[in-house]
Amino acid sequence: MNRLAVEFQGVSKLYGQAAAVDDVSFTIEPGTLVTLLGPSGCGKTTTLRLLAGLEPASRGRILIGGRDVTALSAAERNVSMVFQSYALFPHMNVRENACYGLRAGGMRRAEAEAVAREKLRQVGLAGFEERLPGQLSGGQQQRVAVARAIVLEPEVLLFDEPLSNLDAKLRRHVRDEIRALQQTLKLTVVYVTHDQQEALAVSDRVIVMNAGRIAQDGSPRELYEQPVSRFVADFIGDANLMPVTVCGIDDATASVSLGGVTLSLPRRGLADGTAELAVRPQALRLAHGTTGPVLPGHIRKVCYLGSHMEYEVVLDGIAGAFFISDPDVVRPLVEGDAAGILVDAAAVALVPPE
Amino acid sequence: MKRPERLWLALAAAALVVLPWYGLEDTVDAVLALRPEAMPALGQAAFGGCFWLLPLLLAPALAGWGVARGRPRLLVAGGVIGIAWLALEGLAIIHRGWGWDFLSVLGPAPTQPALGWGALLFALSCAMLVAIGLARLGRCRGDVFVVAAILLTGLSILLFIGLPLLSVLASAVRDDAGHTDVSQFLHKLTDGSIWGFGCLHGGGACGSAWNSLAMALLVGVTSTALGLAFALVAVRTRVRMKSLLGLLSILPVITPPFVIGLALIILFGHAGMATVFLADHFDIPRSRWIYGLPGIAIAQTLAFTPIAYLVMAGVLQAVSPSMEEAAQTLRAGPWRTFRTVTWPLIRPGIANAFLIGFIESMADFGNPLMLGGNYTVLSTDIFFAVVGATHDQGRAAVLAIVLLVFTLSAFMAQRLWQEGRSFTSVSGKGDAGLHPPLPGGLKALCAAAVLPWIVLTVVVYGIILGGGFVVDFGRDNSLTLKYFLTAFSIEHGVGGWFLSGSAWSSFITTLELALVAMPFTAGLGLLTAWLLARQDFAGKGLFEFGTMMSFAIPGTVIGIAYILAFNVPPLELTGTGIILVLAFVFRNMPVGIRAGLASLSQLDRSLDEASLTLGARSFRTVRLVVLPIIRPAVITAMVYAFVRAVTAVSAVIFLTTAQYQLATVYIVGRADVGEDGMALVYSAALIVVMVAALGIIVLLVGRQRIGRRGLAAGNMGVGVA
Ligand SMILES: Nc1ncnc2c1ncn2[C@@H]1O[C@H](COP(=O)(O)OP(=O)(O)O)[C@@H](O)[C@H]1O
Ligand SMILES: [Mg+2]
Repeated sequence: MNRLAVEFQGVSKLYGQAAAVDDVSFTIEPGTLVTLLGPSGCGKTTTLRLLAGLEPASRGRILIGGRDVTALSAAERNVSMVFQSYALFPHMNVRENACYGLRAGGMRRAEAEAVAREKLRQVGLAGFEERLPGQLSGGQQQRVAVARAIVLEPEVLLFDEPLSNLDAKLRRHVRDEIRALQQTLKLTVVYVTHDQQEALAVSDRVIVMNAGRIAQDGSPRELYEQPVSRFVADFIGDANLMPVTVCGIDDATASVSLGGVTLSLPRRGLADGTAELAVRPQALRLAHGTTGPVLPGHIRKVCYLGSHMEYEVVLDGIAGAFFISDPDVVRPLVEGDAAGILVDAAAVALVPPE
Repeated sequence: MKRPERLWLALAAAALVVLPWYGLEDTVDAVLALRPEAMPALGQAAFGGCFWLLPLLLAPALAGWGVARGRPRLLVAGGVIGIAWLALEGLAIIHRGWGWDFLSVLGPAPTQPALGWGALLFALSCAMLVAIGLARLGRCRGDVFVVAAILLTGLSILLFIGLPLLSVLASAVRDDAGHTDVSQFLHKLTDGSIWGFGCLHGGGACGSAWNSLAMALLVGVTSTALGLAFALVAVRTRVRMKSLLGLLSILPVITPPFVIGLALIILFGHAGMATVFLADHFDIPRSRWIYGLPGIAIAQTLAFTPIAYLVMAGVLQAVSPSMEEAAQTLRAGPWRTFRTVTWPLIRPGIANAFLIGFIESMADFGNPLMLGGNYTVLSTDIFFAVVGATHDQGRAAVLAIVLLVFTLSAFMAQRLWQEGRSFTSVSGKGDAGLHPPLPGGLKALCAAAVLPWIVLTVVVYGIILGGGFVVDFGRDNSLTLKYFLTAFSIEHGVGGWFLSGSAWSSFITTLELALVAMPFTAGLGLLTAWLLARQDFAGKGLFEFGTMMSFAIPGTVIGIAYILAFNVPPLELTGTGIILVLAFVFRNMPVGIRAGLASLSQLDRSLDEASLTLGARSFRTVRLVVLPIIRPAVITAMVYAFVRAVTAVSAVIFLTTAQYQLATVYIVGRADVGEDGMALVYSAALIVVMVAALGIIVLLVGRQRIGRRGLAAGNMGVGVA
């Protein structure tokens, strides 16, 4: 039996007239980690809170484990949440925090403490049981919050930007820990972040949101390689975006011409006419004298970044500029130099125009 | 409790068949004596001829059916019918026949006494059944505690604030015989004693409304100006007086309001110390200048400046130093910085402090009572309309309406003012930096204002605390324990030790009632604050308005409203201790609301939410998470509820009886007949008791601080979207 862990059916959340979440539908398979990704204010937190039951939905249905929970309160839904601020109860020690959900469910103290101790051990906090939250570091607090949430073995575990209060070094470590924990315990996790790299790194699937709606829903690879819109291409992986004209199509491919170079790309349902070209930074190289189809251009800006150079190159004859990184830091080009650009069609995608 | 509806259903039934239906006092005696009114409702209907009580049975019947069939709608219906019928028959049939004239077509009137414990429990159970039913229907996400809290606080506010105010309105438009008479109302409303301008064109006095207004404006200005001067000295100079000011700022809380007036009379009255001194040594003729506007204004300024100080100190501290530093780096000198940056930023705070002073002055009763002389103000006029020779309740009601309109408008103005102008300079980011020094001239001005004030305060409190221990302050300064012993002696008599002092009875009654009211006041206030801060529900705007009303109602208005509303059945409470407790609870509820709102706004909402997502319902969340963290607010609310009940005078002066004499009312009586020594010694005793109470908060809250270290961690990093 493979019931869906979560199902949103046309869910909206209105604050007054404004829709923070606008007709959102998606499903989540059990045992997967799905990320809600998008810029600040796009409705990720609201979606998560709708799922947790902290906000009532204005429209639509929410199902968890196949059961309609739209009308149920947070206390009645089998989900747990790790808050951005962790929301550890400051007057309870680590053990009491971890036991809280079990005790609320009516479990006897001794039993609850045994379960909590085991989960605290799993997150690497054995020995910290008697500390107050105020006596822990940020990373440890975060783990307490995770332990407190997973003791209930919820059907769905929610994370709201769990790394935003950690310093940059710790982020990566905690991110990997969360992913490892999710995979060992086979948890269904919904994870909110505004950091695309974090999203690509941890997720089985990513739901990109924009202005309260879903912009794209797919695996990290799909999002990166086949963005369905300019917004997604721009948001994920900092693509260079450039308007182009589709000059010929057949079944699977479309030809576009860019400054004299013709590229043959997967068509992705596009028709003749204008389109947008999303060019990943790694698709571009400086020609350094090689022959072949190169795009001619000029260096506009030079930036020394230690391990490599970054150039902004304006193309001759086309309005537009590319950012290109180049490993040759010994003999850098200077502003005004002519530069040819090699394009690797494998890292270029066509995107429908806005 | 898995099935609370069964419990409340059983209670509703028990209320009808077990508890005495009528009469709130001496219930046990009444039951033991088998007095007829002590029968339960069912008995009244069967043997007492009160057939109109029978429909009440519908409530448990419907609700029981609903419980059996699992149909929450029937629970709601049963509860609503129960309450509605209780109110209807209670108002329709009163102690002297029909409650409404048009019912006389039904024939000769039956009568019934006031409602008792059975009726009370019945109403409560019905409300709970409605709440449970609504929750089962999915209201407030099925949370019984939330629905019940909304319903019960809403109903109690309606019953003990809304209904009394309605009675004031009703009695204002009724003549003595109880008939509606609008022309008489208009006549009273436009009466010369309220709105006259006699004082302007010579001969005669101005109306009390103008007097109140003039006084409130004056006191608003003086207390704000002094409060600002104090705050500037305390916050912006290096003068070390913060602890002194801290002490002075709690004085008005623990001082019965009229005592300052009394001290001023001892100082500046016709035979006062200072008056006599000036007359003897400087030939300044004695006069009665202290009676009237000057005296009241001085007394109120003394009383309310500390409040203005607290407001202004908060506002001055909230001005980010970096704003002023920015101005200085732009070549602005101290004066220019103050004038162009500091002053505009604190202006909203000044308006706020002014309005608070205005409202307090309007509502003040004790000082005008002591010092008014011929200068009549609304709050005391209400009192004299009731207890005076004319005994005109209609007039009292009209005056109460005028006073209420003044305070309510000022209160609304203050709220709007506050909402529109938040302090944008409080950024929450690290606001390091130093405030610039005060301009020299301003500093001198502040010092000139502050020093005499401190001297006066010290002298006044010296008189209050010491005046009871000398024979006759100013004239015969030999020490005596005479007054203290008269008030508080304990003697050994035939039956052992007994409290023979004349003050003991009122002293003990006051402490008892204040202690009884304390948990209810704090509980209701905090619960209301929690609902306002944390719950969204239909009708919240109305709910908020109702609670806000309680902030603006002057004590005198509460007092008159309570006697008008609860003097006759169905709710006959006058003369009982219950009405005093109710007056304390609903008069001081704002203390709990303020404390609760302030500390809930500091408490990160995600803590509540974390508890909810962990499967705890809101009751458990409140009990295990919210209450422990806001414990300081709970303690503060309790102690202030207690202290304000002890010092209350205006709300209770109508409500006390020989049996329930209160300390403040007793003191006013002593002062009225010229027994200043007694009044002072008693006031000093009250102040000592309340200082002890405040000391207890400081101890308890201070200890709590240690445990709060973690709170910051829980709050950390909020605000990133
Ligand atoms: N309680 C609220 N009242 C009104 N608007 C809100 C409320 N909560 C969120 N919003 C709005 O909804 C939108 C989505 O917010 P949110 O879900 O917090 O975004 P994010 O994706 O950054 O987590 C924002 O525009 C925000 O201003
Ligand atoms: Mg967010």
